[in-house]
Amino acid sequence: MAEDRTTINDPDIALSKAKSILLDPFNLDDHDLSLMLSTLLSSGGEMGDIYFQAISHESWTLEDREVKNSVHSNRQGVGFRSILGEKSGLAYSEVFEKESLLQAAKAAGTIATDRKQMTYRVNPKTSQQILYPLLNPINSLVDENKVKLLRSIDASARARDHRVKEVVAMLSGNYQVVLVVSHEGELKADIRPLVRLGVSVIVEANGRRERGSSGGGGRHGYEFFDQDMLKNYAAEAVDQALINLEAIDAPAGEMTVVLGSGWPGVLVHEAIGHGLEGDFNRKKTSAFSGLMGEKVASSICTVVDDGTLEGQRGSLNIDDEGEETQRTVLIENGRLCNYMQDKLNAKLMGSHSTGNGRRESYSTQTIPRMTNTFMMAGPHEHDEIIQSVDSGLYAKNFGGGQVDITSGKFVFSASEAYLIKHGKLDAPVKGAMLIGDGPSALKQISMVGNNLALDPGVGNCGKEGQTIPVNVGQPTMRIENLTVGGTN
Amino acid sequence: MKKQTIESEAEAALVHAKQLGADQAAVTVSSGKGFSVKAQNRSIETVEHYEDQAFSITVFVKKSMGSATTNNLSKDSLLETTEKALSLASLTAADECNGLADSNLMATEPIDLDLHHPWKLDMGKAQTMALECEQAALESDPKVDNSEGATVGTYESHSLYANSHGFVGATNTTGHTISCTAVASENGSMEMDYEYSAARKAEDLLDHEKIGYKAGIQACSHLGARKIKTQKAQVLYSPRAAKSLISHITDAISGTSLYRKASFLLDSMDQHICPDYLTITEQPHLKSSFGSTYFDGEGVKTKPRTLVEQGVLRGYLLSSYSARRLGLTTTGNAGGHHNLLIEPTLSGGLEEIIRTMTTGLVVTDLIGYGVNIVNGDYSRGANGFWVENGEIQYPVSEITIAGNLKNILQQILVIGNDCERNSAIHCGSILIDDMMVAGQ
Repeated sequence: MAEDRTTINDPDIALSKAKSILLDPFNLDDHDLSLMLSTLLSSGGEMGDIYFQAISHESWTLEDREVKNSVHSNRQGVGFRSILGEKSGLAYSEVFEKESLLQAAKAAGTIATDRKQMTYRVNPKTSQQILYPLLNPINSLVDENKVKLLRSIDASARARDHRVKEVVAMLSGNYQVVLVVSHEGELKADIRPLVRLGVSVIVEANGRRERGSSGGGGRHGYEFFDQDMLKNYAAEAVDQALINLEAIDAPAGEMTVVLGSGWPGVLVHEAIGHGLEGDFNRKKTSAFSGLMGEKVASSICTVVDDGTLEGQRGSLNIDDEGEETQRTVLIENGRLCNYMQDKLNAKLMGSHSTGNGRRESYSTQTIPRMTNTFMMAGPHEHDEIIQSVDSGLYAKNFGGGQVDITSGKFVFSASEAYLIKHGKLDAPVKGAMLIGDGPSALKQISMVGNNLALDPGVGNCGKEGQTIPVNVGQPTMRIENLTVGGTN
Repeated sequence: MKKQTIESEAEAALVHAKQLGADQAAVTVSSGKGFSVKAQNRSIETVEHYEDQAFSITVFVKKSMGSATTNNLSKDSLLETTEKALSLASLTAADECNGLADSNLMATEPIDLDLHHPWKLDMGKAQTMALECEQAALESDPKVDNSEGATVGTYESHSLYANSHGFVGATNTTGHTISCTAVASENGSMEMDYEYSAARKAEDLLDHEKIGYKAGIQACSHLGARKIKTQKAQVLYSPRAAKSLISHITDAISGTSLYRKASFLLDSMDQHICPDYLTITEQPHLKSSFGSTYFDGEGVKTKPRTLVEQGVLRGYLLSSYSARRLGLTTTGNAGGHHNLLIEPTLSGGLEEIIRTMTTGLVVTDLIGYGVNIVNGDYSRGANGFWVENGEIQYPVSEITIAGNLKNILQQILVIGNDCERNSAIHCGSILIDDMMVAGQ
């Protein structure tokens, strides 16, 4: 069933494919789109868009050595947004009939109360950026082989160590077809594949049970998961669980912390990223508000949001307002130089969209969101950073994190961590929460490694109730005076 | 869709599934409608209209299971979705524990739980309320100079569950909310806090201006927050924070955690998991409450019962599948727990408990999920207030509280009567004797 690579990378395909899925079956054409647009904006909306979307999702879950659960879902809808000044109206229809669509367009438009008669011309625009294959990942592998893939990761995990008692693995594929009509009448499309594999194991020894997990993914078909990768995921999950079997109580209090590369970039996402989203800064509710051009981090820090990385989970050819994604330097050598913007906040702040306008689906508002957000590499070797610490904590891997934008306080929870004594790794410690203050933690970064890595492609970010896929990343990093929330 | 149409669609899907070879099947058809408005900076910022629909089907073929859902309710799409569920069931492995819940457990007698009360609220009135709510926050104190907005929303939903035992259950509910997040600032630093009210009946909502006022006062109370020294201390969870502690118990006694042996409360049935003054009951039939239903996600009749009786664990939260895995009977908790009532041990709330504390920490908010349900390890970010000699001294932030849930539960000293009814967990403030607080 694998689709031909030569056609799936052709930019014109996105538009024609999206039309064939979202317009043609419902007898909708350019004329209907123009009519919807003029209905949407007839009450005086200055900006707005129509967002057609079809989402297919599947998941396969292995447990007790067998794949016993599989769920498939289809969802489709059309979202209408009308914007006047700071006001925005949203309505959507899940029924693709002209009458329902026009009714939703009208409802979204009532945020404004003027009357105007305008006719709009719809112009198809081809996006030049193709960062991932324009395919449906659900069809990229026959179902029987999805079952085999999960069984093979189960076998690898169990073969790795006899103390493995449970293996739960989940394979999921998500396919989104998006068509955006902007208030200028521009029509753009994107075809977005996304696959993810997660494995979680429980090991047991001497009556103690511990969990370890691993996984990866990105904007690909399922062929992304080759045998070596499956083995690595299984090994990582098992090894992490075995280390946790040996873990002693984590320390409590302020100390020097070394963060590993990759997924610990959750720090960058929480401590800096959210605080630099345009909406919080326009509304002046971010701890970083009004600091443009100021020194907000130590000068060895350069932080970037880049939605254009090939195949990455957080990448998009176009954002959900039809703008091409880009590489935006947020902090350069410690100085704040850009916010992440959608069209609305950019307009109100007198700047331009940075291609960060994202929405979970047609039924939610578009707001400024991160894509792939990471700290750039610095000069130091990983080992050199560990050796530089006399007494502290090395946090190799993390679970999730959270931030209070306004006060700047952020947390992230270590899932694999070790004490550092006299420049060497010592005993592993139990999971613990780390807490800091974004603006001050950034100034406490004293060493940055040369080993920048992105996370393996499993992260989600939640904001205002909307969950979207993102990537985080960073090189190894040393931070002074971070509070570690252990019990000892 | 009309009620009759929904019912006939559901029945048609069940018939279709049987024709295609399903031994058993279950269908849910739902639809919902509502809107919300948000005021920020003294004007209306967003207006959102919601209208949703969904169909989902689960089929069992020779003890193999497949599920599919769609929001396209055209005839063709429903047929296709049913066929998809069957095709998935042909690929998944059989499990003797799969299947519908036993037919004799179905909730054959509907109970009116008073859950459906549409709010006669027009858009204009909602906007006025949101504006007044935010205004009350901004006027509560001169230090409140900004907000993350005040929101007023209402939603009405209709859902029908039917299965091949012939069980059909309808649920019509409403949910209304008013919320406000205020931002206070002083000496260049900002703090925010929120207040909200959620209810099935509009008349049960708190007054919108009081919500705004409270959000504002609470945001101010956090200004000047500082770290405290790393130490062991008594920790008092406000009702808002206390709910999360109860949810860790429910996670640990849920069937999935138990049969996967991924629970710190494994093999704890009939054991003392808390001091003997703690009792938790499950009350699925409370009128107009968020966790009320007469049948669970599998059509099983729900019943009031005791989960923790004077500190002793007396009940798990099981679906038919997890029950069969454990050799037990379903407890009517497919889809989770219903209303949980934690009985107070004191005729006072947070303020009365503070007066009894020599030193300690009041936690109003927790951030980050540092909870390991497998072994009970607990470490979360917190903010709140430091207490000395029965009085709040100053606000505290950038600290963590940690321990092991097995010990934390045993160290519960007092449960207040200041219970909130905004969710399915009705719990007042909880005082824990001894936790590790990490700060400076």
